Amino acid sequence: MTSAVATVPVTRRDRSTVVRTLLRRPSFVVAFGFLLLLLVLAVTAPLVAPFDPHAQTLADRLQGPSGQHLLGTDDLGRDVLSRLIYAARLALLAPLISVGVAVVLGVPAGLWAGLRGGWVDSITGRLSDTLLSLPGLAFALAVVAVLGPGLVNAMVAMGIVFAPSLFRVVRGAALDVAEESYIESARAIGCSTRRTIWVHVLPNIAAPVLVQTTILMGVALLAEASLSFLGLGVQPPDSSWGSMLEIAYQNQFKAPYGVLPAGTALVLTVLAFNTIGDSIRDVVARRRS
Amino acid sequence: MTTVQSGSDPVLAVDRLTIDLAGRTSQPGLVQEVSFSVAQGRSLALIGESGCGKTLTAMAILGLLPPELRVTGGEIRFGGENLLTASRRRLRRIRGGPIGMVFQDPMSSLDPTMTVGDQIGESRRLHLGESRRESRAKARELLDRVGIANAARRVDVYPFEMSGGMQQRVMIAAAIACEPKLVIADEPTTALDVTIQAEILELLRSLQDDMGLSVLLVTHDLGVVADFCDDVVVMYAGHVVEKTAVEPLFAQPQHPYTRALLDSVPQTGRARTMLDVIPGRVPPAGTFPTGCRFQPRCGFAEPDVCDAPQPEFEPVAGHWCRCVRVGTHALDLARVA
Amino acid sequence: MSGTVVVRRLGGGVLVLWLVSLLTFALIQLLPGDAAEVIAGENASAADVERIRHELGFDQPVVEQYFRWLGHVLTGDFGTSLSSGRSVTDLIFEAAPATLSLTLVAILIALVLGVTAGLIAAVRQGGWIDRAITSLATLGIALPSFWVLMLLLLPFAVLNRWLPATGYAPISEGFGTWLSHIILPATALGLASAAELARHARGSATDVLARPYIRTAQARGAGGSWLIRKHVVRNSAIPVITVLGLHVGRLLGGSIVIESVAGIAGLGSLAIQAILQRDYVTIQGYVLFSAVIVVVANLVVDLLYGWINPKVRV
Repeated sequence: MTSAVATVPVTRRDRSTVVRTLLRRPSFVVAFGFLLLLLVLAVTAPLVAPFDPHAQTLADRLQGPSGQHLLGTDDLGRDVLSRLIYAARLALLAPLISVGVAVVLGVPAGLWAGLRGGWVDSITGRLSDTLLSLPGLAFALAVVAVLGPGLVNAMVAMGIVFAPSLFRVVRGAALDVAEESYIESARAIGCSTRRTIWVHVLPNIAAPVLVQTTILMGVALLAEASLSFLGLGVQPPDSSWGSMLEIAYQNQFKAPYGVLPAGTALVLTVLAFNTIGDSIRDVVARRRS
Repeated sequence: MTTVQSGSDPVLAVDRLTIDLAGRTSQPGLVQEVSFSVAQGRSLALIGESGCGKTLTAMAILGLLPPELRVTGGEIRFGGENLLTASRRRLRRIRGGPIGMVFQDPMSSLDPTMTVGDQIGESRRLHLGESRRESRAKARELLDRVGIANAARRVDVYPFEMSGGMQQRVMIAAAIACEPKLVIADEPTTALDVTIQAEILELLRSLQDDMGLSVLLVTHDLGVVADFCDDVVVMYAGHVVEKTAVEPLFAQPQHPYTRALLDSVPQTGRARTMLDVIPGRVPPAGTFPTGCRFQPRCGFAEPDVCDAPQPEFEPVAGHWCRCVRVGTHALDLARVA
Repeated sequence: MSGTVVVRRLGGGVLVLWLVSLLTFALIQLLPGDAAEVIAGENASAADVERIRHELGFDQPVVEQYFRWLGHVLTGDFGTSLSSGRSVTDLIFEAAPATLSLTLVAILIALVLGVTAGLIAAVRQGGWIDRAITSLATLGIALPSFWVLMLLLLPFAVLNRWLPATGYAPISEGFGTWLSHIILPATALGLASAAELARHARGSATDVLARPYIRTAQARGAGGSWLIRKHVVRNSAIPVITVLGLHVGRLLGGSIVIESVAGIAGLGSLAIQAILQRDYVTIQGYVLFSAVIVVVANLVVDLLYGWINPKVRV
């Protein structure tokens, strides 16, 4: 989960060029459009979903796709499509929580370590590198054990697990920036440290941070799905795509293809996040060369 | 077909070689109608500035051009066959076999994860079917032959553990491992210290004498040419502009470019206020003028005459020159190299 | 690899493990409410709570507790499970072979599949096979491993009964049996890593193929499979090996969910049970043991790296 995006002094004009180049890439447009669609569906779920996601029709359990239920029904006769649409909310919100936690923990620390340099930086760097190699999900489990199961707890746990990777990216970018001569010039003309950070450093670490957070959104979504699948994430009566998968899995022998809808939704969304992150990284890297 | 030296059959004959960017034949060739031959047991220098196409020409012989470039005309005759039409399998047999090649920067031209002995013995395993042990034994001999002390221990050493000069000796050892008839050396001394340069050239010379090798040496250094080579081909902007043996070239250069080149070499013992330079710059590929490509920078140029395509003339026996006006303008008298 | 480097790596590993031990111990201290009360349960009397508090040493100062615990751990005693009363060490060692089998086979699959695909894509760069592999790799990174397992189970275990759907069989019951149980879960687990390794290998091999020493090797007559085997593979593998350690950690995490789907009684299942039963002692042992596995794996990767890259060996 590394982002090798170099930093270059960024101007306002650069930013609009980047945006325009991105919009010209078909993969980016499709991915972005998909996420936008997801957002719209999430917000307008009550209007768009054909059924109430909680409405059980025990007579019609585990049905395949039909005219009435486009994606079939689950083991309690609930309409899968509607549940899918409603769960899109969590699919966007949950990763946001963990990425938010990671940003709050990782970005300031990374800035501090990168700009400070010296032994502080090398020690924290070594620390975060080793933390990164440890199994994240295992730690998240431990945190959940302490805090108790629940979506927010699980996502906060993942956020803590993600923080080192973001720390590493920010630290790397900050180290690069700190070595650039324009920081020295800024200091030389009397910019205070805080002003230096806000005006000069932050815009230039924006790109690698953006790339890393987008990719983390995808990873967080998969983690949420895993944890909810295990029963440690979202708790009933709420459901996410992960918990839907668990239900489908339980009934796999009776309805073999029930695992497809939620899984496909997950894959497409993660793919969208990854594509956006990759596109930003490619465009910025190309600009540097 | 042109020969610099009449007599026995040449080892390698390049005949009207033309190289272009793949897919673009309307452009004037990057390398155009280049012809020369390397005589048996002699060394030929391909000399010119950067960008004149000498390296491309050398690469084309063994089919090692980068994929963006393509040979669009001519023949390269070696051992009775045209290398340009040889199958891939045939070319692989020739590479490292009857033709060996030495490259420029030895540090990056040797595989960092393979021992020196394995790299030297590689061509023997490929072409002669030797086992690893046999080829390593031969590599030990070769290391000795190229002047590396402690050959037995050095066989198992990795390239990064050696100095630049030693690495280049290793490359030479690898190139002669299968006793080739011809060795192509692309700027073999450019990346090395001056003192090491002389040693490497000395080594090549002794190998040439011992093995009856022919050498095609690509270089931009007139000093190397003077010290080491028997024959010279001067290239400019993809054209051969002059070719002859080394003494006549230095004594009586025919082409204005050659003369300017020789003039621009700073000489010790001659006090001057300014270095002689050739005005202007080498035209980038694709912007070559029609006709004589040196024309914009030539002091003897005449617009109508020099715009026409220039064939090669032989104003003096064995001394070829691509300049229409040769013989019509007053030649300066003998030059001392 | 030189002695000092090995010692430094070992030292680093020990440091990490010590940090992990601190963290896991701290976690238990962070339990909301009184730990002893929570452990005793809702129906416990005050006397029971006191007894538990004394048994588990909660009445001691924290630092003392930590060192006592650490002392136990270093002698291999991970404590007693709160839910089953059995030795946690026994539980862990019973569950470990399954998880290790799963993770090792998954890594093997990821390496073989990923690196081969990446190499092929680089050698045939720009062609249809390169585009196919790159697209598959991009897709593969987005796949949740437990979903892949469910998809794999469809043709192999649900619609047809070629392979068992759940369970784990130790090697002692026969290699074939063991393999038939482990192959689907390991494949599902390793696929996402394979995709990432493929991307990495492709980039690395593309870089290697453009290097001057490849052209020199060609000038010696090397080509085709010889060139790839002798020159490309080793040089391309170097950057790939460096990320292998990261993958081990991730696979260990992913194995938790896979074990649940595949009904494998491994460390992951142990951990989940422990969480659901609030068995903190077992959780501590599990986290620590996972860290040990990862540190050891990273050491092995470092040694592997030294074997492949002669520059590091000195």
